[in-house]
Amino acid sequence: MDQPIYWPSVFFLLFGTAACVFAVAVVLSANIVRMAFYLVLSLAATAGLFFLAGADFVGSMQLLIYVGGTLVLLVFGVMLTSQDRFISMKTSREEMIVAALVGACLLSVLVWAAVSVPEWKGLDRAAAEAIPLQPTASPLGMGLLGVRVDGPDRSGYLLIFEIISVHLLVVLVGAAYLARAKRKRTMVAG
Amino acid sequence: MAIGINKLLNWLLSWLPFLHGSVAPDSIVGYVIASLIHIGLLINLVAVGALLFIWMERKVAGRIQDRLGPTRVGGKFGWLQTLADGLKLITKEDLMPGDADGFLFRIAPYVSFCASFTVFFAIPFAGRDMPFVAQHLNVGVFFILAVLGLEVFGVILAGYASASKWSLFGAMREAAQVVSYEVPLGMCAVVPVMLAGSMDLVYIGDRQAGWFTSWYVFHDPFTFIIFWVYFTCATASVNRAPFDLAEAESELVAGFHTEYSGLRWSFFFMAEYGSMLAVSLLASILFFGGWNGPIPITRWLGATPAFGWRHEYVGNLLGCLNILAKGVLGVTAMMWVRWTLPRLRIDQVITVCLKYCVPIAAVAFLGATWWQYQWPDRAFFGLRALPPSAYMLRENWPTAEGPAANTQPGQNAVSTTAVAGRAS
Repeated sequence: MDQPIYWPSVFFLLFGTAACVFAVAVVLSANIVRMAFYLVLSLAATAGLFFLAGADFVGSMQLLIYVGGTLVLLVFGVMLTSQDRFISMKTSREEMIVAALVGACLLSVLVWAAVSVPEWKGLDRAAAEAIPLQPTASPLGMGLLGVRVDGPDRSGYLLIFEIISVHLLVVLVGAAYLARAKRKRTMVAG
Repeated sequence: MAIGINKLLNWLLSWLPFLHGSVAPDSIVGYVIASLIHIGLLINLVAVGALLFIWMERKVAGRIQDRLGPTRVGGKFGWLQTLADGLKLITKEDLMPGDADGFLFRIAPYVSFCASFTVFFAIPFAGRDMPFVAQHLNVGVFFILAVLGLEVFGVILAGYASASKWSLFGAMREAAQVVSYEVPLGMCAVVPVMLAGSMDLVYIGDRQAGWFTSWYVFHDPFTFIIFWVYFTCATASVNRAPFDLAEAESELVAGFHTEYSGLRWSFFFMAEYGSMLAVSLLASILFFGGWNGPIPITRWLGATPAFGWRHEYVGNLLGCLNILAKGVLGVTAMMWVRWTLPRLRIDQVITVCLKYCVPIAAVAFLGATWWQYQWPDRAFFGLRALPPSAYMLRENWPTAEGPAANTQPGQNAVSTTAVAGRAS
């Protein structure tokens, strides 16, 4: 070996392999809670990839939203809808074929895009090691408030941020309203 | 640290004639040893902490209920009671219900423990130029809140895989409770982040250096209220009494861990005590100055960066003791609450969260924002004026002109320039 191992690549392969293996495990397992468990591991490995890339804010976001929120919701859904103790799902052959086709199409498009865009080409090792590690939270926060620190002439994301915030608020209020509306009104004296 | 270890190894190996210069400064050996040291220290903190807290829980409970608690094992105060408990747990039979989902049942305690333990990677135990932290994250507060919420997943897996209705009920209650209490907990943690202007825990702790008057809990009346809301929500989110609905033994046998015994059962409790310590340490960093004591003794002793790294190291060790003392104090307060208050009903738990904690936290957050906007140069309920160097700081970030001036991990990237606003 003429030069030492580039450890970020090793960890990339480690996390990437974990994410892929557990993603396949989600597809292959029949028990829905085990699927959820494998999905947690796969998403956590993806968060590891983000941390590896120095994007600690996005990595934490991945942990909070995808690993935490989505899976708790999923488990809620499973437990409230399942009739048997251990529900297991069988997939028919036709569904498998259709799903495999759709998945293969998506994968080919993504791989083609990843290889063909010139800006996404990998750097050589010396250039990759020369990039300093920067904190990402402050530039992201400033960008959401409309100030781009990486280029003052570029536009920020204030309007989009506000629209999404108001949208989420509306969804929350609507969910609370719907949850209350099902309750039968009983008149209580006094 | 890794580079220092490599240099030390190289120096040690240079005494052997045929190995001289065989360890490069960026060799993998140093990084592995450095991470093993970090992991070993943190595992010791969690494990020894659990030993101490279980003993303390018995003594505190005894004191509150007007009895002695353990007195026999290991001398006068029953110091070794937890060790005896541990031996008993190890020798217990490892049972598993016949209907259970074996794989998930076995793995659930470890999921809980991993989530609880991962939190400690981002918690600093001392700050300034060389913080005692395993992984200095730019978004420490956010990472800790994200990972703390994952502990519930192990509980849900345990409750589901046990194939017992008590376990399932306990797990569902815990899920509802933890997910609800994450909302006010996040709102409370945001206030010190807003006051410091950073999510970096090392930076937040360093901003509260000096006397206890610069602690954020005394910053203004709103942060004082926010701290009590935080403490309530933290108690609920680590599933302690009076919020321990998930293991309410009067209704649910033992809740989510009904079917567990022996070592697996004890892993759940290691996770619980680990989380208690984690939220207490987080509270002490966010509100009580972290490693900065109430009186600046380390500054009087000269244990500051200005006198060189050896002095600073001594100061950091003292600060480490300081924050651990605050964390243990927080855990003791949680025990005090547990043995004083009766358990709430599930509807009361959710009412406390949604009708009291969330509105109080929201209003106090707005109030703290207004206060900070109005008097950015004052601390201790507005009674003490701060020098400009204490509030005209901000985190550095890369600009169009170039990268941030000082962004090495392990150092605080701050600058006194370019502070806009009402600082005058």
